[in-house]
Amino acid sequence: MNKRMYDKGKILSGLVIFVLIMAFPFGYNIIAKIVTGKAVAAPELILTEKAKAEKECVMSKTDMKSGHMQLLDEWRDHVVRNADRVYVNSKGKAFDMSLSNTCLDCHSNKAEFCDRCHNYASVSPYCWDCHIDNPKEEAKEATE
Amino acid sequence: MNKNYMFSLVAVIFLFLIAYVGVEAAGLQWLFGIAIPYVATIIFVVGFISRVMKWAYSPVPFRIPSTCGQQASLPWIRQATIDNPSTNGGVIVRMALEILLFRSLFRNMRFELKEGKFSYIWEKWLWLFALAFHWSFLVVLVRHLRFFTEPVPFFVRYLEFLDSVFRVEVLNEVVQVGLPGVFVSGIVLLAAVIFLFLRRIFITQVKYISLASDYFPLFLIMAIAFSGIMMRYFVKVDIVGVKEFTMGLVTFSPSVPEGIGSVFYVHVFLVSLLLAYFPFSKLMHLGGIFLSPTRNLANNSRAQRHVNPWNYPVHVHTYEEYEDEFREKMIEAGLPVEKES
Repeated sequence: MNKRMYDKGKILSGLVIFVLIMAFPFGYNIIAKIVTGKAVAAPELILTEKAKAEKECVMSKTDMKSGHMQLLDEWRDHVVRNADRVYVNSKGKAFDMSLSNTCLDCHSNKAEFCDRCHNYASVSPYCWDCHIDNPKEEAKEATE
Repeated sequence: MNKNYMFSLVAVIFLFLIAYVGVEAAGLQWLFGIAIPYVATIIFVVGFISRVMKWAYSPVPFRIPSTCGQQASLPWIRQATIDNPSTNGGVIVRMALEILLFRSLFRNMRFELKEGKFSYIWEKWLWLFALAFHWSFLVVLVRHLRFFTEPVPFFVRYLEFLDSVFRVEVLNEVVQVGLPGVFVSGIVLLAAVIFLFLRRIFITQVKYISLASDYFPLFLIMAIAFSGIMMRYFVKVDIVGVKEFTMGLVTFSPSVPEGIGSVFYVHVFLVSLLLAYFPFSKLMHLGGIFLSPTRNLANNSRAQRHVNPWNYPVHVHTYEEYEDEFREKMIEAGLPVEKES
């Protein structure tokens, strides 16, 4: 058995690159922690007083967490194509199908509610291409 | 029916079910989500390195030109500098084209008897789908960094933007696809891997040489892509919970958050299997392509002497030494000599 390694420099530098690529996610987070000075934590959502008082959203919390985008997509379709604005949830409660008027009525703090998870999961939903963040506030300012 | 692909298919379905039942019925999230991924990553890195090291100990005694163009010759004969490089720069270009664009595969041909004549047929489908497969796999892989980094680096976000640039939306009573946005790479990956599988089934010659070790990774990748697509568009797992989990893995403080669907653990388990299987399989062509002797050696045998490293040290009696030994006798016999005494 031959014990000599051939093209040592090239092979080893290739393997170093391989190890660096593999270590990237681990190293990146260590560096990010040093730079930002805080450990990574899951996003904390802030509920407005109105949302707290309401207690339950249109669906259960777990369903909303994983399926709110689907619900919004269906709502949009219903409203735009069928002119049907009434959503009745599993408990029989009726809601107006509207992102701006229903969702954002309680969750008027987009930056502390919507954005926190969206940024954490690196999602950029196109809702905000058309909808303004805070329709109520905007209206208030306009009347003032 | 063929035992090679049936065996692989059954194996992948079985593994899929193991993880599903293990999480769903036995609650073994920590095993399929934490223990196995860590072990698999270690096997992958160590196995990959040792495999490459093993290759590094095998000598490549000769330059293997096996090229498709004119080699460096007389100055008035034009050299194919990329196909038949004689310099390091040329080799780098050839390797880059090979690794990034699969240039050798582009030369793929089909051979057929047509009207009694043997003919060569231009065949680009394999090249096209192989390219689609590998590039979409890379895109999918890089995109997944969004689960392993916080804050998510710009190149990942940019790639996600490009990947979801086609806003595909399907909405009816049965399916709702479109939010979250459709990533083209995942679908291309699944389509391409299915093509690569069907090719092995429908082309008789390819089927003949295909083994279980060819089918198994294809089925495994199919199952990974399938479970990923399921999670994103159909089952809808809690993505923030998933990221909490994966961030726990990369910061070495793993924990199992509540309420992530079982499909996620199946996905993680299958990816772990792929990683652990990688160093022992044909998938090592990821490392191997860099070490392909017909591509990474400059064809400069005519300009430079390459000594076979395993040559036995033979004592060579050169002509100069020969002449020194027999000069007088040669002159006596009237033979021409290069040096007169």
